[in-house]
Amino acid sequence: MRVTAEQLATQQREISVAEFFTKNRHLLGFDNPRKALLTTVKEAVDNSLDACEEAGILPSIRVKIEVVAGRDGATLPPAQADRFIITVTDNGPGIVKEQVPRIFAKLLYGSKFHRLRQSRGQQGIGISAAGMYGQLTTGKPVRVISRTSPGRAAHSFAIQINTQKNEPVVLEDNKIEDWEHPQGTQVSIELEGRYQRGRASVEEYLELTAVANPHIELFYETPEGNLIHHKRGVEVLPRPPKEIKPHPYGIEFGMFLKMLQDTKAKLLGVFLSSDFSRVSANAAGEICKEAKLSANARPRDVVGAAAEKLFSCLQNAKLMAPPTDCLSPIGEEAILAGLYKQIRGEFYTAVTRSPQVYRGNPFIIEVGLAFGNDPKLKKEEPEEPAAPLAEGESADGEDDVQLARLMRYANRVPLLYQQSACCTFQSVVETAWKLYGMSQSRGAMPQGPLVVFVHMASSWVPFTSESKEAIADYDAIRKEIKLGIQEAGRRLGKYIRKREHAKDEWKRRNIFALYIGEVAEACGRLKKGSISVDRLKKQLLQMAEERTGGEETDRILRKQREEEERREHTIVVTPSGAEGAIPKLLATEAPPADGAAPAMTTEPGAPDAAPAVQASLFPDVAPESKAKRKNKKAARAPGAVESRTSRLTKSQPTLFGKDAEQIKKEKPKSNKKPGRGK
Amino acid sequence: MSPKAPIRKPAKDVEGRLVGLAEHVIECARTNKEPAFHIPVRALSNVEFSKSRRIIELKKAKTERQLLSLSTAKKFMQTMLVGDALSVLQREGLSRSLREIYYRTKHTIEGSNENTFDGQEESDPIIEDLEVTLEALREELHVRAEAAGSLVGPMTIVDDGDTIDCARLGKGGYSVPSIVEPHDVHIKKCTADFVLLIEKGTQWNALNEDKFWKRFNCVLLTGNGQPPRGVRRFARRMHDEYKLPVYVLVDNDPWGYYIYSVIKQGSINLAFESMRMAIPDAKFIGLSSRDPQSHGLPRNVGIKLNDKDIARARELKGYPWFQKKEWQLEIDFMLKSGLKYELDSLANKDFRYLTTDYLPKKLKDKDWLD
Ligand SMILES: Nc1ncnc2c1ncn2[C@@H]1O[C@H](COP(=O)(O)OP(=O)(O)O)[C@@H](O)[C@H]1O
Ligand SMILES: [Mg+2]
Repeated sequence: MRVTAEQLATQQREISVAEFFTKNRHLLGFDNPRKALLTTVKEAVDNSLDACEEAGILPSIRVKIEVVAGRDGATLPPAQADRFIITVTDNGPGIVKEQVPRIFAKLLYGSKFHRLRQSRGQQGIGISAAGMYGQLTTGKPVRVISRTSPGRAAHSFAIQINTQKNEPVVLEDNKIEDWEHPQGTQVSIELEGRYQRGRASVEEYLELTAVANPHIELFYETPEGNLIHHKRGVEVLPRPPKEIKPHPYGIEFGMFLKMLQDTKAKLLGVFLSSDFSRVSANAAGEICKEAKLSANARPRDVVGAAAEKLFSCLQNAKLMAPPTDCLSPIGEEAILAGLYKQIRGEFYTAVTRSPQVYRGNPFIIEVGLAFGNDPKLKKEEPEEPAAPLAEGESADGEDDVQLARLMRYANRVPLLYQQSACCTFQSVVETAWKLYGMSQSRGAMPQGPLVVFVHMASSWVPFTSESKEAIADYDAIRKEIKLGIQEAGRRLGKYIRKREHAKDEWKRRNIFALYIGEVAEACGRLKKGSISVDRLKKQLLQMAEERTGGEETDRILRKQREEEERREHTIVVTPSGAEGAIPKLLATEAPPADGAAPAMTTEPGAPDAAPAVQASLFPDVAPESKAKRKNKKAARAPGAVESRTSRLTKSQPTLFGKDAEQIKKEKPKSNKKPGRGK
Repeated sequence: MSPKAPIRKPAKDVEGRLVGLAEHVIECARTNKEPAFHIPVRALSNVEFSKSRRIIELKKAKTERQLLSLSTAKKFMQTMLVGDALSVLQREGLSRSLREIYYRTKHTIEGSNENTFDGQEESDPIIEDLEVTLEALREELHVRAEAAGSLVGPMTIVDDGDTIDCARLGKGGYSVPSIVEPHDVHIKKCTADFVLLIEKGTQWNALNEDKFWKRFNCVLLTGNGQPPRGVRRFARRMHDEYKLPVYVLVDNDPWGYYIYSVIKQGSINLAFESMRMAIPDAKFIGLSSRDPQSHGLPRNVGIKLNDKDIARARELKGYPWFQKKEWQLEIDFMLKSGLKYELDSLANKDFRYLTTDYLPKKLKDKDWLD
């Protein structure tokens, strides 16, 4: 039996946003509770950053995750809890009172969709989707406090979304005269989630954000009650990206049809030249002629075959590549600052490529590398007492293979999922890292203590899916990434070769010294004590020194080379300090007095070594105890990159008034960083 | 009759040669020269088959082992340590095993957590290096290998002052020690007509149980697989001192061929010892790849050659000492049949087939390969 149109009509109705959301939550990054927690943080933080930057404010952002007590009043440990409150506070421009409800409780409402410009958010779906997820899983409204200037009062809202109508419902709307922040926005969302550390965790996301955005200051209050502080590394805001009109080469036919309908232009010729970039009035005329259409036709009337013809003529027209000043790369200095700030290593370099175009979309690739273990840390750790190895044992850790870590970004936003599907990953594994002194198995990441940073800035980043987790594989993009990696890799290779050479010499002399002792003593025994073992030893050592260039080695190792060439946008860290393009804010960091606390945090009583220019939102943070720091060091896996970030226990100072008491005292614990090492 | 195998003179003043290692180092240090030992290369590329003497001999290639080179420094140090340990054995008149020398020389290098030796596989080659470099045999260096040989037959020997009648040792036989130089083991009397050197201990057991040696007046000798040095050396001494022919009985596989060839002309690794160990007149009595056919062994007691066997057989075919036509045919025949046979498979015909039929017939017909 066939279904009639009438029967179908009874089933046809508007799909509610809630339904749409529930069916498509995976597209929006809410596929499981763990991801939902991260996505919510991410949407709020991205918005804060976008807003601050647009307003020209150096962002200072605080993220807090709390476990919600169960109905019986008991609070589960974070790893077992399933309900959380996420609060994100910024020092941004604030949101005018009237807009708040729609922004936070209406899907597809935002300021960024209607323009083609590099920004973090795009579809106006982010924060309201997070709010909706929270509402669907806990029934709780989104809470927002916002203040647009110190002179005005703050407003606090509790808003829900009417899931049938996709309209906000305001439950509470209060004026707060004495909000503790002079300006900014605070969003709280209660949701069902799962908290986990390690790969693709909130912690990792924030750390990655801090790397790619060294101009921001980030505080993160973990559900365990720790406070992680990512300091600001540079004081300059990224150049604000300009808005551009789409380039004809980057437009799809469906979009083109829509533009024909939506345009404000009355004439076809004007439409072409005003709504697209790089189409001059002249070119527009020629394109119309080519398509056998009048330049004076009404755009809205161009449909069907005519539109198709026009579209293909537009595609085939010889046009200049789109302007690239709409892009805002992070910049070599800032990448360097971010890497240096967050990752403990011995070599850093950064490359910003010049703009390129894929399918009419301008883009810029940036690559950074951080390599090695912090020589300062190495020096501090007292050498383990020589434990003789039994047969079959090998020196500690040598058989563990540590793979390099890839940090992926699109428009400064870290990408945490689907690494292997990402164009950046493909490019990294296809690079012959052996050329740069790294080992690598076929089709795998290089091995060793290496961080590879890849950023794509574009007015339109081609993601493989709606959830924006991996960059699609375009030849032009892949080629650029590889070129960037090669440039940075060559610098790394040069450094490694130099270092290896010095190490080799050193190892030789060292080994010779050890072996010579054995040899001389064996000689003494063979000669039944009739010779001076000490003299023999001395003679042989002298010879070793002469033959293996001892002095030269010492010089290289102690970095006493005066002619040390200045490498551009490269930092090299040696036991005696860092040299190269060290960011100013971080350069002033006093070297640790006792050599025990390398740049982790300021000492108690000492003035803050890196005063933030923008008054920090959350200035008073408690330095953690020395004992804990020791602990941390012990837990540090060899070869693990470790952040220069301070992790602070929240014990004395009141950070957020009443909340402070709720936070439990932290038990000492290891500082194994997530997503690291093995 | 083919020319006699050359007799090597025993090494004199082994201790002096070991002390010489130290003297070299001391002299170099004094004259500011880099200490280095020159060690004969122990590889196929550096051995040759002497047609006239019919043994494998070492050629002249040497490697330099320097103290001040990254790749050889550790080995240099190890060489000194082993040399020192060996000199102690000389001085104190002891003989010890490879393993004990490994343990004796193993320690942590002062100021590091590096071991002088990580495993015995590092110290064993050093001892071989010293054997070739100092031209002293392992026995002369007082290094014992495992005693894994058994002997039975009409002979009387004096071992460590004890007189042993090898015809009265029951099922166990005389356990051949690893050092069997005249000084250690004296052959007092031997009335046997030949020596039968058997690859497998199981077959030796069977032959002894059947008293094969009584019926055929021979010495039964086995090394349980690749015969250890003591067994080879002892066979050579019986051959030299009592003019006994030596017949080799092995499984019919490439490994058996190789065992035979080591007994006959020495091994590649220890080519310098051929002069004292090899028995160029030794004969290959079986199992030949033709035997299964001539003795009516069914195909189904054969074992398919695996890839390794085939590769090994081809390799053997290329060795200069397997170039005789009979040998090329023998190996080809095995490759063509694609099968190998164990000595044990003769039991398929009869439990006593080896003693009552196979060997008597072989000996009667002089059916062996040279
Ligand atoms: N913290 C904030 N401060 C100021 N404006 C904000 C903030 N969060 C969101 N907005 C505004 O709300 C809009 C909607 O945000 P969102 O739903 O996340 O979509 P999108 O970020 O994709 O535009 C943004 O475009 C921005 O104009
Ligand atoms: Mg957003």
